[in-house]
Amino acid sequence: MSNNDNKIEDKIKLKVYRENRGQNSKSYYDSFEVPYKRWTTVLDALLYVKGYIDPSLAIRYSCRMASCGSCGMKINGIPRLACYTKISELETSTIECEPLGNFPIIRDLVTDFSLFYKHHKNIQPYIQSTESVETAAEEKTYSYNQSPQDVDKYLQFSYCIKCGLCYSACPTVGTDLRFPGPQALAQLYRYFADTRDESKNRLNIVDDRHGIWRCHFAGSCSKVCPKGVDPALGIQLLRSYMLGVSKNNKKQAEKIEVNLD
Amino acid sequence: MEEIEHPIRNNFEGLRGWLKLSGYGWERVSYWFQRLTGVFLLIYFIGHIYETSTIVNGLNAWESFLELTQTVWGHLFLIVVIGASTFHSVNGIRLIFTHVGIGLGTPGRPDYPYNPSSLNYRQKSGIWIALILSVLAMYYGFNILFGE
Repeated sequence: MSNNDNKIEDKIKLKVYRENRGQNSKSYYDSFEVPYKRWTTVLDALLYVKGYIDPSLAIRYSCRMASCGSCGMKINGIPRLACYTKISELETSTIECEPLGNFPIIRDLVTDFSLFYKHHKNIQPYIQSTESVETAAEEKTYSYNQSPQDVDKYLQFSYCIKCGLCYSACPTVGTDLRFPGPQALAQLYRYFADTRDESKNRLNIVDDRHGIWRCHFAGSCSKVCPKGVDPALGIQLLRSYMLGVSKNNKKQAEKIEVNLD
Repeated sequence: MEEIEHPIRNNFEGLRGWLKLSGYGWERVSYWFQRLTGVFLLIYFIGHIYETSTIVNGLNAWESFLELTQTVWGHLFLIVVIGASTFHSVNGIRLIFTHVGIGLGTPGRPDYPYNPSSLNYRQKSGIWIALILSVLAMYYGFNILFGE
């Protein structure tokens, strides 16, 4: 970074949605003037407001590096991670921060993820095996043998950080709360494509009129995903298997005995 | 599918979500047009069935109803029907392919800046072809209906 980058300090107007559901207060927008530099993120600006102007501002964040998925919000109308969005890249004089759409508001920019996680849990997001990998009685331990090609089939989808941006951007979620949403459906494909998974009933979970068939491929989920997961791809591939167009010729991963001695 | 309890509809975007087009790419525009033309064509077909059913009341009733489309506004309405049906059909064919996993690319290892393979040039080309063909069909319809 050059010295000029450190010296230049412009100001940006931050327009923040305020509401406290606990106190049944009416919603309104607060405006704050915040200094920023070339690399200042929207989260930095919000923390500046919380630290120096209004400590009552409610935001949720943790890692500040797009790994935890906590600071999702609508920035200028589009769901984004605040820690991953630089003010200089937005190229606007006013930045509008609102809570993620399709998530119930708790307070200010903090939303309730309960339904989102229920949908995620509902698709059984874990490897299912017909027998135990670690058999205590036999005192044997096994590992799975997967080729790099096998891993490539699901790895992309395993990068999901559950930030909820795709769920917020999906127009179908907004009209059907029973629809699992792009995150859960893409995760279902992630486990379905995994050669270690032996579940027979996984696809039945979303074979429902409120399930996978409600996706109409608006592609907004993939557009807003900050980790390149591409949920729309996973959903369409999953639907292809469910329609019988793609053949499920998955070979189960070979179990190899591991000698721990 | 396990029954999931509905929370209070607080902050759910509903139909407002459909109308948000900017910032989501051409796929969202295509989604919106597909829905809009679908609803419009459904309404048109109901009207069309009503129109054709007037023949049971005699030829005069049929012809007097048909005259509604022989006005300038009637012609303009029919041109919109031509455009809507062309876009809905062509884009619908694109969607049939995508729904069975064709033309989307394959999963891989994503690299920054994470360009999703499902929103590739094939999809964008398909949307543009649907839009261009619908404009051409409307132009053709315009020439037929308003031409000499």
